[in-house]
Amino acid sequence: MTIVFALFLLTLLVVTALAIVRTKNLFVATMLLSIFSLLMAVNFFILDAADVALTEAAVGAGVTTVIFLSALRLTSQFERGTLASSRWIAVIVVVITTVLLISGTINTPNLGDPNAPVHQHVAPFYLENTEALMGFPNVVTAVLSSFRGYDTLGEVFVVFIAAVGVMFILDARQGTGPEYELPVDKGLKHHLIPRAVGGLLIPFMLLFGLYVQFHGEYGPGGGFQAGAIVATAFILYAILEGERTALKAFSRNAQMALIIGGSTLYGAVGVVCMLKGGTFLDYSVLMEDPVIARQVGIIIIELGVGMAVCGALLSIFHSFAARKPVEHAK
Amino acid sequence: MIYAVVSIAILMTMVLAVARAVKGPSIYDRVLAANMFGTKTALLLAVISFLFDRMDFLDLALAYALINLVGVLAVLEFVEGRIESGKGKLDD
Amino acid sequence: MIDVAIEWLGNTLLIVGAASVLIGGIGVIRMPDLYSRMHASSLTDTMATLALFSGLMLHSGFTLATIKLMAIMAFLLLTGPTATYALANAAFRSGIQPPSSTNTNNEEKSAP
Repeated sequence: MTIVFALFLLTLLVVTALAIVRTKNLFVATMLLSIFSLLMAVNFFILDAADVALTEAAVGAGVTTVIFLSALRLTSQFERGTLASSRWIAVIVVVITTVLLISGTINTPNLGDPNAPVHQHVAPFYLENTEALMGFPNVVTAVLSSFRGYDTLGEVFVVFIAAVGVMFILDARQGTGPEYELPVDKGLKHHLIPRAVGGLLIPFMLLFGLYVQFHGEYGPGGGFQAGAIVATAFILYAILEGERTALKAFSRNAQMALIIGGSTLYGAVGVVCMLKGGTFLDYSVLMEDPVIARQVGIIIIELGVGMAVCGALLSIFHSFAARKPVEHAK
Repeated sequence: MIYAVVSIAILMTMVLAVARAVKGPSIYDRVLAANMFGTKTALLLAVISFLFDRMDFLDLALAYALINLVGVLAVLEFVEGRIESGKGKLDD
Repeated sequence: MIDVAIEWLGNTLLIVGAASVLIGGIGVIRMPDLYSRMHASSLTDTMATLALFSGLMLHSGFTLATIKLMAIMAFLLLTGPTATYALANAAFRSGIQPPSSTNTNNEEKSAP
């Protein structure tokens, strides 16, 4: 059954990718990219990777499409043509990379092969010890937050760097000329139906984001997904009410505070663990019972991750959306 | 068995939606296809979670049903912004 | 006895849902105009959602999965027509008119 699904989905993936590359209209490419993202999410789902599928659906089809559209507002709609010579160089590079990738991965074990090296001692260790050491069933969250906690700390810092990078490129000069004024836009205020439905949906999205955040130990979920869903709720508010009202509700400083607060919270948990006598990010020293202590540590760092991701996505969106488009020759 | 049949039907509709997205003469056809693809994804996720008997995967379908709306509303705002600033309608 | 009837009813609803998804998909390909394609796509949004989710709810009985399915169904039914409205509004304000050959009033007025 998985083979049939995979055949359909991977063929659609190739077709969509070819269509994205061939079109010259950037708006069309954005819409096809959201379809591509959804195809990847369903692919992850049939491979049984539910956490990754949830993240891909929340970030790829929601936030990324909106960020691309806000960026398209600032530039022209069609791609400028490329030279014929550089096109041939691109084709040659792609062919060489494809051959290298295929020849490099052709000898890896089949999907789900029980004799693969990773299934000999790494995977059984995590599968057997999660319930005993942590007390909850979701192995992905246990690996992400506790067994490989340093890697997740690095990921939070990468998200931080991404937000700061976008701010450097787009917001660096906070001047006072007319081009830095916030555009006065009405959002979609005069459309009654989206406003009414959006007003019904936003509280549920926030509630669902909180559910995903705290339910990450028992089902698919966790900090990254929750941050993306809460950010989508605020982006929906910004689309419906306009930039000015949205930035009054949740200002740029508040978004930056969320990013900094989230990363600091994660690092602070590690430092507190060190102060209590364990190594960095060893949660078992936080309380008397190590199982409960690990659960408490995981909840706090997932909160930090969720805050950082939400703040970063909102910050990147507002960096694009708050910028006034400059008149350019088409 | 019945779940497999239904999921094959939804997959074929997704193929048709991608065909419309690739072929559609105007931009709005492609936006329509992207939105339709999104709701089919939510349906497919719900049916597949019954097929594989993993009920906790219904959270993904719920997340997807909530997030699908934001893309089309962003398109509407984009088009309105272009019309108001006088750049004219989107051409294909 | 009643269990067999409920399962049979659920299967029927699932088949109806699958058929409406396919019919809507074929409609999106074959309809001549953007606005007609929106009608076909909204068939898959509303009818397929109602039928498929009702069938799945009958199959799963009184568990947590039924509550989640009810929530998904409610959100899909709310957001589907909103998306159709937003797209039709954007398309109309950009100047795409419905073609006059499908205007059955036989008058010269285009859509208001």
